[in-house]
Amino acid sequence: MRLEAAPLDAARLPRWVVAVAVVGSLFVVLPVVAMALRVDWPDFVPLVTSESAAAALLLSLRTSLTATALCVLFGVPMALVLARTSFRGQRLLRSLVLLPLVLPPVVGGLALLYTFGRRGLLGSSLSALGIEIAFTTTAVVLSQAFVALPFLVLSLEGALRTVGTRYEAVGATLGAGRWTVLRRITLPLVLPALVSGAVLSFARALGEFGATLTFAGSLQGTTRTLPLEVYLQRETDPDAAVALSFILVLVAIAVVGVAHRVRPLGDLAPPRAPSREAARA
Amino acid sequence: MSLTFTATLAERGFDVAFELAPGETLAVLGPNGAGKSTLLTLLAGLLAPSMGRAELDGTVLFDVGADRRTLVEPRHRGVSLLAQEALLFPHLTALENVAFGPRSRGVDRTAARATALSWLDRVGAADLAGRRPGRLSGGQAQRVAIARALAADPSLLLLDEPLSALDVTVAPAIRTLLRDVLVDRSAIIVTHDPLDAFLLADSVLILDGGRVVESGATAVVLTRPVTSFGAHLAGLNLVTGLRTAEGFRSEEGWVLPLADTAPEGTSLALAVRPGRVTVSRSAVTAPGTACIAAEVDDVEHRGDLVRLHAGGMAADVAPSDVVALGIVPGSRMFLGFRHEDASIYPL
Amino acid sequence: MYLTPALRRTAALAGAAVVLALTACGTADPDAAAGGDAVDGSITVFAAASLTAPFTELAGQFEEAYPGAEVTLNFAGSSDLATQISEGAPADVFASADARTMVKVGALLDGDPVGIATNTLQLAVPPDNPAGITSLVDAAKPGVKTVVCARQVPCGAAAAKLEEAAGVDLTPVSEESSVTDVLGKVTSGEADAGLVYRTDVRAAGDAVRGIDVPAAAGARTTYPIAALAGSGDAGTAREFVEFASGPLGQSVLGAAGFGAP
Repeated sequence: MRLEAAPLDAARLPRWVVAVAVVGSLFVVLPVVAMALRVDWPDFVPLVTSESAAAALLLSLRTSLTATALCVLFGVPMALVLARTSFRGQRLLRSLVLLPLVLPPVVGGLALLYTFGRRGLLGSSLSALGIEIAFTTTAVVLSQAFVALPFLVLSLEGALRTVGTRYEAVGATLGAGRWTVLRRITLPLVLPALVSGAVLSFARALGEFGATLTFAGSLQGTTRTLPLEVYLQRETDPDAAVALSFILVLVAIAVVGVAHRVRPLGDLAPPRAPSREAARA
Repeated sequence: MSLTFTATLAERGFDVAFELAPGETLAVLGPNGAGKSTLLTLLAGLLAPSMGRAELDGTVLFDVGADRRTLVEPRHRGVSLLAQEALLFPHLTALENVAFGPRSRGVDRTAARATALSWLDRVGAADLAGRRPGRLSGGQAQRVAIARALAADPSLLLLDEPLSALDVTVAPAIRTLLRDVLVDRSAIIVTHDPLDAFLLADSVLILDGGRVVESGATAVVLTRPVTSFGAHLAGLNLVTGLRTAEGFRSEEGWVLPLADTAPEGTSLALAVRPGRVTVSRSAVTAPGTACIAAEVDDVEHRGDLVRLHAGGMAADVAPSDVVALGIVPGSRMFLGFRHEDASIYPL
Repeated sequence: MYLTPALRRTAALAGAAVVLALTACGTADPDAAAGGDAVDGSITVFAAASLTAPFTELAGQFEEAYPGAEVTLNFAGSSDLATQISEGAPADVFASADARTMVKVGALLDGDPVGIATNTLQLAVPPDNPAGITSLVDAAKPGVKTVVCARQVPCGAAAAKLEEAAGVDLTPVSEESSVTDVLGKVTSGEADAGLVYRTDVRAAGDAVRGIDVPAAAGARTTYPIAALAGSGDAGTAREFVEFASGPLGQSVLGAAGFGAP
């Protein structure tokens, strides 16, 4: 018989800690339950498949996926530069990159407006070239990418730092060039973090509201994403708004689930626990 | 010379120079922080010296001075590094790990796999080809790592304490494997175990505080150490003294008759294994035996023996003797050894 | 007349209060307060965002007229306010930007809603009017970026009515959720034109230029106000309703650009 230390269970915590934890959990869970109770279940399917709802859902999926692709495209190099190089002002740059994470979305929208808007920093030049971004689906994608990018950068940079450079160093001494090291070692090692980062980015993009509203506008099929549709439906058809909100909640739950499922694979500590049948070399 | 190396790294107080003959294996020994790993990372190209120059088979690895700065990228150095931990790429199978080097050097997939398989076979791990590192034991992983380092066909193989992370039951087999693959191969092995040096290396470099304190052929350095640190590594008692009319006279004042004819006044060193030193309560005056009175400073367990330190010497005795003789720190004992068990050589 | 059948029913039930409210209309004498209750309590007034400026002034005058009375104002989109009231927000008076929204909280009203102001739509263009817009027809031209409110919100419903009345079919680049968003798109120069209320154009000052749309007069929006049944201080609430619909309230609203009800 083996004696194993019993894991510290809740009973050993001070009771009030458990009580506060329960209250905190209820605080998060109850609103979701409340929303589920408000959903007009018999009409749920018609409500979420109405023309405008379907258009919003489709647009949201399309733009969020595009925004996620942009996040991966730009976020991976950004995370690499932040994690693997050191230069003056790096800390400042990191803080700035993470800014959209803490910025009120409307403020982000205004910032984008002053950048890509018709009279914006870049927008005026783009406008002269005949490229108009405001009121287009592109504006939605930009808004979403803007707020979602930090999630990817943050999650990937952390993973890169955790994995460290030891494997990369081994790769280099084995004759691999920088690109080979990146492609065959670094990226596969942080792939789980990249996936969970991308999933989080997608979720953030899907939920983007403020920046889109401020910067992109709201037109069915072009710029009116699911959150904007919910916001608008609330005015006249609360049942539809609640049903659509619930879809967003379901997507969010699925996304969080996926992100958590992927995470443990990201544990890249060197294999220290050999399988039992292979105890001897 | 296969390798010439001179490097200083100001911020780490590192200042080392040495040479390596083709096909020779050099063991680098020294305490923690002596600069052993620094030496390897400088050679591998993972660290740049503040000044220095290294050449491998006539090709410059680095050449850094006041007016020049050549640092060849790690991948172009022809130097493979085998670390304490196998560091196999966790997302690749054993075979893919070993094929990584050849693939990186432009060998096509099929040929690289063939090379990898032959190396896995060579290290006795062919049956592990399809396994991921997560399903390999420490010894298996190190075998694969050795195959991977060699499959890259390096001009110089660097080994950073390759056995220290292994189970004691596994280390001997890997040591034998290394002994086999290091024959006729230029290699540098960092180790803290003199046994590795004895079994694997032709010559030895002992570092301390970023400097070379001893170097030379393994047999010489590890049987006739000239520094106390070298003696410690070699597991020997080192007593320094002078050639006098009576023979060897230690700094502590005891005397050992000597047959050789070294001139009087020569500085001499005497080396004797702790296992050959006997301990008794009374002086042993048998002919051909040295006997030194000393107070016991310390007693420590070493495996199935007890090592006691007295008068600058160490002696390994059986635990039963410790009890029988009543050895405790502070007790006065006589240490003795036979003349033929000691080697005496000029410093 | 904007009252819906549901509102009429409510009005009938609360008939007495209406009569009282009407007889008391126009008086600022605390002793003549509705129902004889003292007008010295604290009330919370939920008002449509477009009423921000006039109601802020009105609340100040009310507090001056009735020492001891205290008015807390909460401005937001009418629909938001209606939802909050339905969910039990502690409001004493509700002033909405259209009748339809008032219907949503019909069951919670204390008395019949009274119209206090009307508003008409105007075309707002950036000060430099880059698209050279002079009429609703210009705003409907292809290539012109016109922004309106979505039909689900009062200003969007008004815009739809206006389009019908003018016989013009706009193809907006965006249908915003609030007047503020429409105005924002015009002031930032993203849009060439936007359909907003005359009062919004006036409140925006020099940031936009207003262009009258002749058909707008036929598509007026009426702002109703009503006290809420759940009020903790019904007297003060009813008096505030009267105050706002009385001559003083009317002059303040008129000064802000609102039309008479």
